Amino acid sequence: MGQTLAEKLWESHVVRSAPGEPDLLYIDMHLVHEVTSPQAFDGLRLAGRPVHRPDLTLATEDHNVPTQNIFAPIADPVSRTQVETLRRNCEEFGVRLYPMGDAEQGIVHVIGPQLGITQPGMTIVCGDSHTSTHGAFGALAFGIGTSQVEHVLATQTLPMDRPKTMAVTVTGELPVGVTPKDVILAVIAKTGTGGGQGYMVEYRGDTFERMSMEGRMTVCNMSIEWGARAGMIAPDQETFDYLRGRDHAPKGAEWDAAVEYWTSLRTDDDAEFDAEVTLDATTLTPFVTWGTNPGQGAPLGSSVPYPEDFEDTDRVAAEKALTYMGLQAGMPLREITVDTVFVGSCTNGRIEDLRAAAEVIRGRQVADGVRMLVVPGSMRVRKQAEQEGLDAIFTAAGAEWRQAGCSMCLGMNPDQLAPGERSASTSNRNFEGRQGKGGRTHLVSPLVAAATAVTGHLAGPADL
Amino acid sequence: MEKFNVHAGTAVALRRSNVDTDQIIPAVYLKRVTRTGFEDGLFSAWRANEPDFVLNQPRFAGATILVAGPDFGTGSSREHAVWALLDYGFKVVISPRFGDIFRGNSLKAGLLTVELGEKIVQRMWDDIEDDPALEVTVDLVERQVRWSGEIHDFELDDYSRWRLLEGLDDIGLTLRHTDDIAEFERGRSSWLPTVAAPSAS
Repeated sequence: MGQTLAEKLWESHVVRSAPGEPDLLYIDMHLVHEVTSPQAFDGLRLAGRPVHRPDLTLATEDHNVPTQNIFAPIADPVSRTQVETLRRNCEEFGVRLYPMGDAEQGIVHVIGPQLGITQPGMTIVCGDSHTSTHGAFGALAFGIGTSQVEHVLATQTLPMDRPKTMAVTVTGELPVGVTPKDVILAVIAKTGTGGGQGYMVEYRGDTFERMSMEGRMTVCNMSIEWGARAGMIAPDQETFDYLRGRDHAPKGAEWDAAVEYWTSLRTDDDAEFDAEVTLDATTLTPFVTWGTNPGQGAPLGSSVPYPEDFEDTDRVAAEKALTYMGLQAGMPLREITVDTVFVGSCTNGRIEDLRAAAEVIRGRQVADGVRMLVVPGSMRVRKQAEQEGLDAIFTAAGAEWRQAGCSMCLGMNPDQLAPGERSASTSNRNFEGRQGKGGRTHLVSPLVAAATAVTGHLAGPADL
Repeated sequence: MEKFNVHAGTAVALRRSNVDTDQIIPAVYLKRVTRTGFEDGLFSAWRANEPDFVLNQPRFAGATILVAGPDFGTGSSREHAVWALLDYGFKVVISPRFGDIFRGNSLKAGLLTVELGEKIVQRMWDDIEDDPALEVTVDLVERQVRWSGEIHDFELDDYSRWRLLEGLDDIGLTLRHTDDIAEFERGRSSWLPTVAAPSAS
């Protein structure tokens, strides 16, 4: 029997395998940020251990970064200490770091791909659950905890039990106005937040084949939101075209050898998955969330659901979510008004996302009483957007044009919702308090975010 | 890591599903660079805003076993969620289903996470609420949870169980295989990216 892509990636990285023990897996690239690493470096120091492969370790500052003036020291002393601790650790252990203010700084999952460090066939880990983003290149990429961060720093390996495999097959052309974000939100609503638990997921089908690399990254990014250990898409010409010429991509004869190998990274025709999910792309519409987990989503054209329509724990969860969100069952989703619109994050903070939002908002104005933050995922994305004049479109519309960081995706930096405030956000989590204590989050695509900024209520470009 | 063998203690019923790690400990508590003292962040929003929240009820004070609904620990990879539970005094979390990364983190850090069926968890909730002093035994040797006549086996792979029973450090175990790692490294493709720090390159 043939092998799935995930199985090929797994097998090619097994350092050691023994009965009754987890496989020891080699890690090709370890990405590091300031939040989940300090205790890991401390552990190394206590044990007198070096970083085994500093050349396979790359750090950046993103979660705590204030996006209004990235060149000034951080005002919050606790955040500043965390960032300074990363700088000291990187210097002491010889790890390359892109700090605030550097031209290459940005969200960890944006800079890896743009530097060409994320390549097909690799294993990539980071102390961050959205590491699944890198699976868009046909890599095995997953988030780890701080104990594992220390383990990878010390050994460049991880003991892991091999997860099962699942195929998510989506076929057909996406209707106009429907984006990769809508696809993954629809998948999550279909499977629930625990549906992918214990699986490495491969997204397959012509819908993904037609997607750009950035769209594929948006899809793989949110794999963790339905519980999957990793999400991946087989590399193809689109992948190779994206990589060619990037800083860390192979060159010359090595490029040819790499492409030959990468081309073999496909699920064999006779391979079997442990589970399969299918979806028809042609039936999809813009999707938004109404609740407090990413599985609580619905088409933009529908209404806030009635908790009675759910069963058991889902009903209790829906009741609790509606109370927290301050929503009435039966209310059309389009009537939900927002105070804040956030475009950015490792899910939707890339150049294509900014272009899409800019196209909608060009020549229009952000509604009265709404603030719109546009936060590029990296300083390189910011620079490119400025070269294309996107910043001028946003600021002319009344939006705020920011520097690179995680920003309002999570409440660790100055960009936060106030209690009771409501956002339409292109980020990945609508958990209670995620964007600030008491804040209420609706997850949306960049297109819906921009249209919502103009109307002041949840809306798609077709509503303008 | 402390050894885990058999634990007996009182339990608290958290009748909620989808308790994500942002609820277990909000991001604002993640700015610390130390490993201890995360107990104040545990469920901080619920403890602050809901007077009746289970951890605010004196009758459950001192509980060491948390019994939660399905999909506990979903979301962010923050190991701080495990540390907050440990620092608060919990030794065991029981749920019908855990988020993968949280589960892995818990077993690395010495917090035993036990999966029991939803019906069993619901019975346990009722029993705990009827009698908060009820003693619950979580036996890693026998892989069993026991309370007032109820006995339920749980699954945990032999390797994780052995590590917890012995209190073993994963890194130390892996470093016994440095020869295998060196051998693997010799076979890696030459085109794979490296990012040496400026001073090292």
